[in-house]
Amino acid sequence: MVVKVVRVVVVVATKSTTFFLFGLVAILSTPVFSAVLPDDRADVLFHSYQGGGMDISGPSVLVRKGDAKSFSVYANYYVDNITSASIDVQALGASEYKEERIEQSVGMDILHGKAIMSLGFTNSEENDFVSDSYHFGVSVDMFGDLTTVSMGFSNVQDQIFKTITSSDGSKIRDPGFSEKAVRRYYRLGLSQVVTKNFLLSLNFESISDEGYLNNPYRQYRFVNGAADQFNTEVYPRTRTSNAFSIQALYYLPYRAAIHYQQRVFSDDWGIEANDSKVGYIHPFNDNFMVEFRYRLYAQTRADFYSDLHAEESSQALDFRARDKELSTLNSTTLGLVMSYEFAKSGWSFIDKASINLAYDYMQFEYEDFRDARASRDDPGLVGNEPTYQFSANVLQLFLSIWY
Amino acid sequence: MRLLTGLSFFILFVSGCAIEPWVQPYERANLADPIMSFSRDSVSSSYRKHVFEAREGARGGEGSQGGGCGCN
Repeated sequence: MVVKVVRVVVVVATKSTTFFLFGLVAILSTPVFSAVLPDDRADVLFHSYQGGGMDISGPSVLVRKGDAKSFSVYANYYVDNITSASIDVQALGASEYKEERIEQSVGMDILHGKAIMSLGFTNSEENDFVSDSYHFGVSVDMFGDLTTVSMGFSNVQDQIFKTITSSDGSKIRDPGFSEKAVRRYYRLGLSQVVTKNFLLSLNFESISDEGYLNNPYRQYRFVNGAADQFNTEVYPRTRTSNAFSIQALYYLPYRAAIHYQQRVFSDDWGIEANDSKVGYIHPFNDNFMVEFRYRLYAQTRADFYSDLHAEESSQALDFRARDKELSTLNSTTLGLVMSYEFAKSGWSFIDKASINLAYDYMQFEYEDFRDARASRDDPGLVGNEPTYQFSANVLQLFLSIWY
Repeated sequence: MRLLTGLSFFILFVSGCAIEPWVQPYERANLADPIMSFSRDSVSSSYRKHVFEAREGARGGEGSQGGGCGCN
């Protein structure tokens, strides 16, 4: 809970003495404290995800610098190098593809009294997808710095294209396909010091989407006589979701901490989800630290999801989806983080540094998403293929430097 | 005008009756420990959040605040 305060003083410009006094009282009654900006810090991270026929890796570099008094600026450069032959690609008979996503962010935190105002911009580009996001947030410390209230808003504008193979075999954007979507995020948060060993955080986020919300490459499956057939998915053009989480951190009687998070989620597509996270952090001395973490996630399917629809969509509001991310699924994640701090007494311009290794093993199990590859050579199996499941290994190696 | 006068008295009342912190600044050593952070390494936690959101239907609601008591 970074203590940040926004001292909002409404100055009412008026000739009236009452108005003047009101403004004066409001100013004088506002306590003046010092809040804390994020540390000046640089992180260089290498990430790798392998699982379900996908291999995604790349770097992420985050640099933050401020004057320690009134502002702090940051910039992040993030890359996903993707090689994919996932079940979604294989089920449609397509071949493995490679692509790159580059995400660049810049932002600023401005400190004023006990408030911090945050502004940010993010651009993400792939050969068939461009996204621009604007972020705004305010957090305020109150009640003797025991409570932090925060709120935020983000506006995201997506442009969706489609890559096709031209007559000479090269990959080009389909000139006949261009769609847009707008997403708006509204966030509210409350962090509370409960006791000298106990922190609590409550967060709510509402997200509304409007526009082209499906993946142009994904297709739904429907019964066609004795076999199955695929066609482009038909999604609603709006979505509203709400998520609420409670997080707790507790400092144990010896130097170690446990953390817990419970989140509930629902949207107007019929998906209901909940997840639980628990972790244990144990420093072994002043330099070495280990964290164990465990996460369980479960969701119900969207109303218009089916692995095998009874019939083809006949009109724009006759929604059809077979995205496995909209099916009934559960996932389990088991993780280990190891951190080693060095140069703690400073070296050159560096105050301290750490090297960190994080590994997560993930297992996904789908209840109503079947492995359609199994029936490609045996149409008699359509609708009775085994349900799909896969595991993934997620690795992060990063170096952090404080200066 | 009556409303503003009342509001002025309310602000004075509230500022004069500020809640006494039940955890004093000198009692916050444990809370200031780096292990008491909801997000120690933002570059790592934002990547992990991205991994989950790309493969699951749920999204958001996990907050963006850091951890600790901010008393360092």
